[in-house]
Amino acid sequence: MSDVASQLTTADGRPLKAALASAQARAKRRAFFLVLPLLLFILISFAVPIGQMLQRSVYNDQFSKSVPALSQWFAENPKGTAPDEAAFAALASDLVLMKETRAAGDAGTRINYVVSGTRSMFTKAARGADKLEPPFMEAMLELDEDWDNPLVWNAMRSAASPWTFDFYTIAFDLERDADGKLTKVDETQRIYFRLFIKTFLIAGVITAICLVLAFPIAHLLATLPMAKANLLMILVLLPFWTSLLVRTTSWIVLLQGQGVVNDILVALGIIGDDGRLQMIYNQTGTIIAMVHILLPFMVLPLYSVMRVIPVSYTRAARSLGATSWTTFRRIYLPQTIPGIGAGVLLVFILAVGYYITPALVGGADGQLFSNMVQFHMTKANWSMAAALATMLLVGVLVLYWLYDRLIGIDKLKLG
Amino acid sequence: MVASRDDAFVSFEHVQKSYDGETLVVKDLNLQLAKGEFLTMLGPSGSGKTTCLMMLAGFETATHGEIRLDGKPINQVPPHKRGIGMVFQNYALFPHMTVGENLSFPLEVRGMGKSEREAKIKRALDMVQMGAFANRRPAQMSGGQQQRIALARALVFDPKLVLMDEPLGALDKQLREHMQFEIKHLHESLGITVVYVTHDQGEALTMSDRVAVFNDGRIQQLAPPAELYERPDNSFVAGFIGENNKLPGVVEDLNGERAVVRLENGELIDATAVNVKAKGEKTLVSIRPERVEFKPELIPEGAHTIDAEVLEVIYMGDILRTRMRVAGHDEFVVKCRNTIDQMPLTPGQRIRIGWNPLDARALDMI
Repeated sequence: MSDVASQLTTADGRPLKAALASAQARAKRRAFFLVLPLLLFILISFAVPIGQMLQRSVYNDQFSKSVPALSQWFAENPKGTAPDEAAFAALASDLVLMKETRAAGDAGTRINYVVSGTRSMFTKAARGADKLEPPFMEAMLELDEDWDNPLVWNAMRSAASPWTFDFYTIAFDLERDADGKLTKVDETQRIYFRLFIKTFLIAGVITAICLVLAFPIAHLLATLPMAKANLLMILVLLPFWTSLLVRTTSWIVLLQGQGVVNDILVALGIIGDDGRLQMIYNQTGTIIAMVHILLPFMVLPLYSVMRVIPVSYTRAARSLGATSWTTFRRIYLPQTIPGIGAGVLLVFILAVGYYITPALVGGADGQLFSNMVQFHMTKANWSMAAALATMLLVGVLVLYWLYDRLIGIDKLKLG
Repeated sequence: MVASRDDAFVSFEHVQKSYDGETLVVKDLNLQLAKGEFLTMLGPSGSGKTTCLMMLAGFETATHGEIRLDGKPINQVPPHKRGIGMVFQNYALFPHMTVGENLSFPLEVRGMGKSEREAKIKRALDMVQMGAFANRRPAQMSGGQQQRIALARALVFDPKLVLMDEPLGALDKQLREHMQFEIKHLHESLGITVVYVTHDQGEALTMSDRVAVFNDGRIQQLAPPAELYERPDNSFVAGFIGENNKLPGVVEDLNGERAVVRLENGELIDATAVNVKAKGEKTLVSIRPERVEFKPELIPEGAHTIDAEVLEVIYMGDILRTRMRVAGHDEFVVKCRNTIDQMPLTPGQRIRIGWNPLDARALDMI
């Protein structure tokens, strides 16, 4: 077939494929120039920053740039070599360098990420670095007996190279023991990965609530006459048009201890005055406020799918003898799958990365993973923030892939 | 074929329907169908015919009156318990199921076993010559094929009554005519009762045992096709079914069934009185184009003839469609068969035309 096609020629003997390509080249060029501005914009505002973020999560030269001598010693001595006098001499000379460039704090912070409580060792040692005299090992241990801690040396060896997986190790609540083996950190300190899982669970709960609430509304919208449907649609979209802060504030007014909902419940005698419900500044508050904010993202794709399902399908099913429940389950529901898929994916992805609402109404236990990213950004720990953000990104991509495998991305219908 | 009130298979009794509480879409509908009858509801859009069908299927509730199926009132019976097969205009084949699954659906919800289901599906598909399509999806088939499947699905569970809501409306002319024949054939071989809704009069005439012409929420005439065409009860039916020449005038003389009508220009014509009651009444005389004669030997003795001027002759192959000016009206059409001995007419020619008084019907003024 393709052989025949490649032999086809136009009337004047040009190969047909070449003729077709040149005939369409102009149109293609024009189309390309039309999308070029957006392409550039996405490249500059999205692709490059994401690349930067990915790089930062595995690249950190805070320590490595200040320790030339130590880097050399690490290069000459294989992993597991106990630090000898030469090593301490290299460290001492680097500390002198740090003092001059005022880099001790930075370098110490880098080690501190891996072994907590070590930043002060570096600042203290650097302060008196130029007064250190051989034998350096003893002099250093004099300053702080932790200087021969193998964990510190392991951390320094790892940090001596700017390329590192330390931040992912931390993000997965892992640490390296003295032998360099990965172990789980102490129960009480497992925060990141646990929060990561919790964020996905909460996003799942929010998505489920949104679906349950949005399905009937979308169906109503799709079956009502156009005029009424439009009015109702405005009510659905109202949250879209209201400032996020205004909406969040209104939730605080409603849900707080002395808020409207509690007042009504107390007035009705359902709860006592001393038993006021804590519905905000905790996980409950996060879920309520985020369901409210994300609901339109579920309603819209569902509505757009339901609107084009002709009523004759359900009528046909009924006339064929199916009860209303069977008709819903076997005829109507399967046809709304593209809308459900789109809504679920949209709401879930937005919920997983949501920051502002949990920050405002989440209190202590209502914080999500993004809040952790933000926390590290304010602490200028860019690598940690980048590693956590990358985890989030990969998590979402995995979900996207799963969706494609299970439902098929071509079935997605966003509106 | 016409069923009496008592042994009717389907009956509508004083059925009224309103959607908004202000206007009636269906006004006092009375209709009886015999078992095995093919009844077509014909009418312009908005005439209430589809609403009647939907009430029978159970998708709309009658505002007033009673609908009976096989002697039992079904106003309160939900659609899935009525056991009525239905074919929709847009086919309504479930897009997420294969043809086989579509046909299996009504059998599954009836709790039928697998082997029995397969036998029935095969039989139904063979019936519409679609046996090889069981594994296709609706989207992979042409409109005509989908319509056949929709037909098979409506019949697979052996319903006694099948409703069809403009089932051929989306097909092209040739396929439509072919499917008309097939549906008619299925109706005859299966002995089912069919209620068919269409706005296509040709379809109604070729397929039905009886046709109910709907307009303005009422049945204007309920009759077999030939009677409907040849003896319309009123001007609406005369105008809606087939082509018709309408000449307004005043009843000059009335003698039993025979009426003499004076046209606006003073000429007299003969007609059969259908719904004119007295002399001096205004009337609209309707004559079919193919019943108008201009050869003197074909006009019955004693019948009046009137002047006509040929305006246009259109060659249509089997017939010559001739437009004439008669009694001041430019749209008077005469259809002549294209035969060897046909008298050629030319524009500008003046002739005398006439007809058998039985073919002209003095109807109500619209």
